Amino acid sequence: MQAVFLVCACISILCVAVICIYMFAKGCPAIAKIGVAEFLGGKDWFPTNSQPSFGIFPMIVGSMYVTAGAIMIGVPVGLLTAVFLAKFCPKRLYKFVLPAVNLLAGIPSIVYGFFGMIVVVPFVRSVFGGTGNSIITASFILGIMILPTVIGMSESALNAVPSQYYEGALALGATHERSVMRVVLPAAKSGVCAAIVLAIGRAVGETMAVVMIAGNQARLPHQLTQGVRTLTANIIMEMGYATGLHYDALLGTGVVLFVFILMLNLLLSAVTSKKER
Amino acid sequence: MSYKFEIKDANLHYGSFQALYDINLDVPQKQVMAFIGPSGCGKSTLLKCLNRMNDLVEGCNVEGDFLLDGEDIYRDIEVTSLRKRVGMVFQKSNLFPMSIYDNIAFGPRTHGIKKKAELDEIVETCLKQAAIWDECKDRLKKSALGMSGGQQQRLCIARALAVKPEVILMDEPTSALDPISTLKVEELCTELKRKYTIVIVTHNMQQAMRIADRTAFFLHGRIEEEGPTERIFNNPHNEKTREYIGGQFG
Repeated sequence: MQAVFLVCACISILCVAVICIYMFAKGCPAIAKIGVAEFLGGKDWFPTNSQPSFGIFPMIVGSMYVTAGAIMIGVPVGLLTAVFLAKFCPKRLYKFVLPAVNLLAGIPSIVYGFFGMIVVVPFVRSVFGGTGNSIITASFILGIMILPTVIGMSESALNAVPSQYYEGALALGATHERSVMRVVLPAAKSGVCAAIVLAIGRAVGETMAVVMIAGNQARLPHQLTQGVRTLTANIIMEMGYATGLHYDALLGTGVVLFVFILMLNLLLSAVTSKKER
Repeated sequence: MSYKFEIKDANLHYGSFQALYDINLDVPQKQVMAFIGPSGCGKSTLLKCLNRMNDLVEGCNVEGDFLLDGEDIYRDIEVTSLRKRVGMVFQKSNLFPMSIYDNIAFGPRTHGIKKKAELDEIVETCLKQAAIWDECKDRLKKSALGMSGGQQQRLCIARALAVKPEVILMDEPTSALDPISTLKVEELCTELKRKYTIVIVTHNMQQAMRIADRTAFFLHGRIEEEGPTERIFNNPHNEKTREYIGGQFG
């Protein structure tokens, strides 16, 4: 029976290994051919011109912008929701809030995209101007999409803080609120950081919803109301018709994305191993 | 003699379980009072009534009067100001995972002291009072959790002193400590009673003899006997007290 377990465990390891090898084997030659500096730092993405240029810098910046925006919206809201759920929520209300949060995690990303298209895009257009397909819109939708990650992990981090800390603060005459915000929350810091790192990963990797609302222009944005194209959007939009070096450059985009995620995972394990010390 | 605490006809239930029966007890000013008795006899429960930490226990129901300087702590005093006046040291050190300085300054900051000079002075005074200044003055900004168990417990005492309490409750403060650290905490209690009223729960009867002016013996949720420590140990009036002190059960 142990052999079965081992085989199952090997399947997932094998998958990671194969994906890793395939991505790098296919993507790296293209990056090398285009030139690393030209590929990562180039501001022009004209893959189908007679003199094509393959600079994905605008997409890297685009991914960073919408991710940063998502974090700015999703982390404060999610963190305070987690604090509420863990330390303030009456039991009867908890029974409704928790399934609602979990449901948020279960909604397909295309539905988020739809919601963005028909509700948020017109709203952003009328309030901030522009077409509505913009950094703001994408950040907002991504901010909602990372909420379940932030809430779930932060809440368990808060609940894992030993109750002695809380009691100690109360015994010094602190109110419930102060004990939670100044003692319990700082004590849960590493768990909260892990939640944020995971949320960043989620936001960087999100594709469908972003494609539908971000505008997807492959150029450096100068305003928050302008559209951007993310790394993921770049791949999915052009994969259907790309050939030759263009196709390989998209794989190269995938490699860059993959490296981002790997770095986030390293960061995550650094954060969580610090907790155990 | 003036009493710090007066407890009258106190009964306490945890749900349907009655943990304290008809407690009547006066705690004198600026003395050390020890609660002794076997496990589960209610001594910690009564201690936690005095700063209302029992409020946290679900289904806990307290009846009777608990007077602090004549004021009813369940009706007349706000719970946060009660806990400022009645500090507590727990069985296991519960220093916060932050620096020594921030641990000690947490209480004063909670009660509105923000000026750095003032906080610095409080931190130094309290650490000196708790006789741990020399051991930690060079590492105030380092994590408090890096200190040894005995040092942590004395830091907890320093932290409790930092809000300028009138009473310090101690719930078996030395039960997790080695003999030398225990001795240091005991010396500290004797020192502190000049300024503070101390109520200490202990399993260690020698400890009660060493530091307490008065001792109350608890059994099955009742106070069987209370009086000057010396008399309780040398000449107990109650048969059960004699048996417990004589080591026949417990």
